[in-house]
Amino acid sequence: MRNGLAISMLVLLVAFPLAAKHWDQLFYVSFASRILIYALAASSLNLILGYGGMVSFGHAAFLGTGAYAVAILMAEGVTSAWLSWPLAVMVSALFALVIGAVSLRTRGVYFIMITLAFAQMAYYLFISLRAYGGEDGLNLAARSRVGFGLDLAGDLTFYYVVLALVMACLYLMQRLLSARFGQVVQAIRDNETRMEAIGFPTYRYKLICFALAGGAAGLAGALLANQNGFVSPNLLQWTQSGTLMVMVILGGVGYLYGGALGAAVFLILEEALSAYTVHWQLGLGLALLAIVLYARQGLAGLLAGSAAERR
Amino acid sequence: MADALLKVDGLLKHFGGVTATDHVDLSVPSGELHGLIGPNGAGKTTLIHQLSGALRADAGTIFFNGRDITRASLHQRVHFGVARSYQITSIFRSVTVVHNLALAVLARSGSSLGFWRPLAREPVLFDEARALVNQVGLGGRENVVAGRLAHGEQRQLEVGLALATRARLLLLDEPMAGLGPEESQRMVALIAGLKGAITLLLVEHDMDAVFRLADRISVLDSGRIIATGTPEAIRNDEGVKRAYLGEAAPA
Repeated sequence: MRNGLAISMLVLLVAFPLAAKHWDQLFYVSFASRILIYALAASSLNLILGYGGMVSFGHAAFLGTGAYAVAILMAEGVTSAWLSWPLAVMVSALFALVIGAVSLRTRGVYFIMITLAFAQMAYYLFISLRAYGGEDGLNLAARSRVGFGLDLAGDLTFYYVVLALVMACLYLMQRLLSARFGQVVQAIRDNETRMEAIGFPTYRYKLICFALAGGAAGLAGALLANQNGFVSPNLLQWTQSGTLMVMVILGGVGYLYGGALGAAVFLILEEALSAYTVHWQLGLGLALLAIVLYARQGLAGLLAGSAAERR
Repeated sequence: MADALLKVDGLLKHFGGVTATDHVDLSVPSGELHGLIGPNGAGKTTLIHQLSGALRADAGTIFFNGRDITRASLHQRVHFGVARSYQITSIFRSVTVVHNLALAVLARSGSSLGFWRPLAREPVLFDEARALVNQVGLGGRENVVAGRLAHGEQRQLEVGLALATRARLLLLDEPMAGLGPEESQRMVALIAGLKGAITLLLVEHDMDAVFRLADRISVLDSGRIIATGTPEAIRNDEGVKRAYLGEAAPA
């Protein structure tokens, strides 16, 4: 049943652009790419927030770092995706490692604040980078080159590359979560003191998890830079971190597809509501309020029907 | 007592103006079941916290197996061979009994940086965990989610988690807390079964149980050890009787 749902979802995702092309609605293909990219970003936040119990309010820093890595490399003449995307992942993961190493020494509200503070520092750092556009941001000359006769300039091609990468990441995340590492991280979320007391160096596991999530967000950033053809410090602003958090809460904290579901619903709502009113955030706010009050497990929790699915 | 497995020298801990641990010396030879008793607020749990590494002592040293572990962290001490249980049950409530114990077994098996193979498909871990389930008397309950266990069963799992570390020294902090008479009997049997094979430091309010189980007993009062000796000697100690005046005297 669950497999059936996953397969039909995948078929839909693969077939959708062809239908859009047939009816000449390529805008929706580009929109779907955006959803997929945010699905990856939100899922990476869900890894630390939902599974690791680390409520980070600075996740946009890693998204933005990945995006800037690609844009800066391109400005310097590095156009190959094979080079710039993995570099974006590594730089973001390293950045997360450093931020995490300091932040994870704190807990609760202090952790939220310190991750926010680091992200804001990164935000101002990119504003101060005059050579790369400063406050105005930086245009990408073109989309990254992947070779093999594929041209990412085509929205269809780009969509399928994004789809493949996002699906691969979600699959890796699923493997990781049921393997030793993921099980340890989830147990730390549930009872950190006891994990220490049975011999786990919990700090180390949390830090690795934090860095992995940072790397995944960096990949999302690299894709986003390509999608938009433009990067700016706004990508790192705290509202962006908030958006990612809202996506995770909307979709389902600690559910494998919570981040993806939340990203899809958030962006579709934004798109649909903003066609009617500039106050679209009001509608979104109400939706979020309803979720927090009546469906703590988010939409994925509602779909799963019970909390038994959790973990 | 040069060959004591656990040797504590001049341990000191202040909380503001209160001296919670007042120059405690303690020596527990390998294989002994050492009872630690004392009136409420005597500092028993504070002492356990320091011995396990959850709290840093202000002064003094803790030697385990000849090694100075005074500054080692909670998880490091587990690997040296010191593990503890908690007075307030601290288990993984949302996973099954066998999964709880498998986590503790996993902690011993070196690195847990496995990112690919599902944990549930690691038979070695779960075989050992199942053996532990039986050892702590939870046979047949292994697939029950830990949070749904009865209180007494949760206490058994609590001890099981400490036991699963395969530590040489277990610090049991009131394993019988909140247990009914029948459940207490089971716990006593469980601890009696460990006696000799593992060194145990048993903090307990159930005097009957401590005097029945312990080889030697130390009495803590206002952070200070006021007597150490065999159950017989402690029972007849005038200082101990005075400390317990107003509380139920040791049986």
